[in-house]
Amino acid sequence: MSATSTPTPAPGSNNPKTNHVGLTVLDYRGSKTTLCAGCGHNAITERIIDAMYEMGVHPENVAKLSGIGCSSKTPAYFMNRSHGFNSVHGRMPSVATGVALANQKLMLIGVSGDGDTASIGIGQFIHLMRRNLPIIYIIEDNGVYGLTKGQFSATADLGSKLKTGVINDLPPIDTCALAIQLGATFVARSFSGDKKQLLNLLKAAIAHRGTAMIDVISPCVTFNDHEGSTKSYKYSKDHDEPVQEIGFVPGFENIDVDYDDGETANVRMHDGSHMRLRKLDRDHDATNKVGALQLLAESHEKGEMLTGVFYVNATAPSFIEQLNLTETSLARMPEELTRPSRHALDEIMEELR
Amino acid sequence: MATTIELGVQEKAARTALPGRKVNDFSIQVATVNGSGSQSANTVLLRSIFQMGVPVSGKNLFPSNIAGLPTWYTIRASKQGYIARKKEIDFLVAMNAETAKEDVMSLMPGAACVYDEPLQLSGLRQDITFYPVPFDKLVAPVCPEAKLRRLVKNMLYVGVVDALLGIEREESEKALVKQFGKKKKAAELNTAAVRAGYDYAIANFTKQDPFWVERMNENQGKIIVDGNAAAALGCMFAGVTVVTWYPITPSSSLVETLIDYLKEYRIGPDGKATFAVVQAEDELAAAGMVLGAGWAGARSMTSTSGPGISLMAEFIGLGYYTELPGVFFDIQRVGPSTGLPTRTMQGDVLFCAFLSHGDTKHILLFPSSVEECFSMAIDAFDLAEQFQTPVFVLSDLDLGMNNWMAHPFTYPEKPIARGKVLNEDDLKRMGGFGFARYKDVDGDGIPYRTLPGTAHPNAAYFTRGSGHNEKAQYSERPDDYVNNMDRLSRKFETARKFVPAPVKEVSGTSKIGTIAYGTTHWALTESCDQLLKENNIAMDYLRVRAYPFTQEVHDFIKNHDRVYVVEQNRDAQMFQLIKLDIAADQVTKLRSVVHYNGLPIDARSVTDAVVSQETSSQEAK
Repeated sequence: MSATSTPTPAPGSNNPKTNHVGLTVLDYRGSKTTLCAGCGHNAITERIIDAMYEMGVHPENVAKLSGIGCSSKTPAYFMNRSHGFNSVHGRMPSVATGVALANQKLMLIGVSGDGDTASIGIGQFIHLMRRNLPIIYIIEDNGVYGLTKGQFSATADLGSKLKTGVINDLPPIDTCALAIQLGATFVARSFSGDKKQLLNLLKAAIAHRGTAMIDVISPCVTFNDHEGSTKSYKYSKDHDEPVQEIGFVPGFENIDVDYDDGETANVRMHDGSHMRLRKLDRDHDATNKVGALQLLAESHEKGEMLTGVFYVNATAPSFIEQLNLTETSLARMPEELTRPSRHALDEIMEELR
Repeated sequence: MATTIELGVQEKAARTALPGRKVNDFSIQVATVNGSGSQSANTVLLRSIFQMGVPVSGKNLFPSNIAGLPTWYTIRASKQGYIARKKEIDFLVAMNAETAKEDVMSLMPGAACVYDEPLQLSGLRQDITFYPVPFDKLVAPVCPEAKLRRLVKNMLYVGVVDALLGIEREESEKALVKQFGKKKKAAELNTAAVRAGYDYAIANFTKQDPFWVERMNENQGKIIVDGNAAAALGCMFAGVTVVTWYPITPSSSLVETLIDYLKEYRIGPDGKATFAVVQAEDELAAAGMVLGAGWAGARSMTSTSGPGISLMAEFIGLGYYTELPGVFFDIQRVGPSTGLPTRTMQGDVLFCAFLSHGDTKHILLFPSSVEECFSMAIDAFDLAEQFQTPVFVLSDLDLGMNNWMAHPFTYPEKPIARGKVLNEDDLKRMGGFGFARYKDVDGDGIPYRTLPGTAHPNAAYFTRGSGHNEKAQYSERPDDYVNNMDRLSRKFETARKFVPAPVKEVSGTSKIGTIAYGTTHWALTESCDQLLKENNIAMDYLRVRAYPFTQEVHDFIKNHDRVYVVEQNRDAQMFQLIKLDIAADQVTKLRSVVHYNGLPIDARSVTDAVVSQETSSQEAK
């Protein structure tokens, strides 16, 4: 330690910029990525860092979770000051559920892939959605298995072509439609190449309570970025059809935005932030569950790649809230509260006599 | 069921000629139809004998079925305190037309049989005392509601048996009140049934069989409880905070009972729960939730049976390698596959010991009694957190689902042990140095951990099921892998000194030893007495209570010429596990006795097997 004291930096000095909790963007960085250069996942990692930084989330208060696969490696590449857990293939939802039960004060971010979620992990995925567990659940969706070198996953589109020429002959699972139907309360799709949309979606997800599921189309530069692929950069750029323009006003900025007009719908998030959904070509009410499902069904028929917020319910209770837990997290509960008294045991023994 | 036992004429005569009374030393079997309400009647019968101060045990041999299939309940009264299953049935209550004939044919000569009159069993054998009872005629007046008669009918036999065996009817009535609790109408109805049965038997039968229950004073202060309820209580007093489960026989009642107790005793001062219970979508998810919760600092558990353990294999490997606490109850049933879901076995010992791909070994605890279901539940949570690893409690259907007499449980004296967890202050004291999650700081193989949410910039680390170094960083380096695996072995070695030590149940100067564990214990103690009394074979008996084995297990084998390992599975799983642990020159001392027909092991089977092996080893000399 230096003997001379460091003076507090004056505002406007050369010191790095800090967010409203006094941290720099460096405090949100992780280890160096080991994914391929140009991988869509790296762009998502960057957006997560930006969103967490800009929202002023305390990194120590975040738990990062993942399954297995390229996408599931990424929690190591952001927020080194947060505990991380790279679990087993397709089973991140159950691990995340355990974490949420143990400590309801943590913010959970789960990163999964299309194989991890829609194939091996579909069972746990749908039950997590059904529970509306408080978690930001990101699917880094490229339609192929990367680590095993390019086999189709269950989100690959019908007719999409592998590098080897193999054509996918099964319809894709729409994770967004599933999530909405089953009870997730914030469901969106984005594209790793759309910085602004993804950033604002992530901020809104941070502000949400309950399951915030974002399926991010994230091209695999090595195995699925060729002609004939429906998850390539080119295809995604050409077919990305945003449902709305998404704006976000964080609660801590104290700006009065509590109004709707004909063009922009305002969603007041759980933490007091506001998500602003400005109408583009179509009229979609993101608070209408049936409408959201219909929108997705119709887009499948037309072969569109819709992005944006499909469904949001900012007031539904989360799974943890329904458990009626005490204020102290279960992980930190003192012995006086977890071990009943000697008298209680005597009473029970008396009943069993 | 057993086939008819053919006895020689002389032997028959010898047995039937036995004069006098057999007091507090016989077994009762009640054969009914599943779903006919016989469980309440049988519990009342068991409790009545218990309240008479006579040592008693009850075993429910039930089908995997909700209603309609045959079911048997055996009650054993034993003045010597033997509570293992008794192979021979002395007193039958035959209520099930489907099995009645076979049930009668399998009785020992000299046995007695109460039966439903229309079954007309009296002509089947001459060496049995029959007591036909017109249950339908008796039930009508006490139960005006026709649709309830099928259930109330069963309570009639309690009265009949009371009268014939000399069980004080007041004790049955007391037991009834306990059984039906606040359901006053049901208690009254059933009390009337007991009385009707009792009065009928007194008025119509002359006692001809030798079996009697006489008051003793052996049960002062004792309780009756099943192992699953006992384990549930253990979990609650261990301070469990997260419970996850998926329904499966014979484990479901553990969590269901736990839920009831938690609701009553674990509501915090703010009126809110100090626990969370989640019914998972399957056992995979249940295991994942346990480990996630354990990682984040909860005392977490699940309860399952063999098929669930199979599904959990993947997560258990993760728990072992990433070093996460969690308690896994396995209420063992007969496998493989679906097996016999409602029958008992000690069949998951080897599977649990090494569950997962790769090199793994796990701490296992083997409760023998309901007292140990309670105490070992508490041990399991402490061990799981101290050793940061999944811990198994291997109970079984016999222990978990049957009622057992027990001493009241002892309140845990030791405070809850949370293991090596660094908090904010610890990290502050460590200054600028981060902590290394998987470093063996203390030489015992057990590293330090932090919990998510610890407000210190150095608190975080990255948990991964892939290769990692001391700092929890991804590593495929050969030396990192070996160092880590060796430390895990060291940790397991440390556990030897902390798991529950074995109990020397019989210890003398014999050169013959026997090792058993779990519910096999009850047959073993009785068998040791039989062997000494009938065959003049003295055996020392060590009851193993945990894996890894403590030094006492090694010493016991060293100090005996041969050691029988007695257990309830086909492949001698504990025998194999011991074999892996002991020195090569000790291995040939081991002998195996196994029992695996789904019924709880009985002393006679053990005695016969030991005698036969002892005889052949004598002949070999």
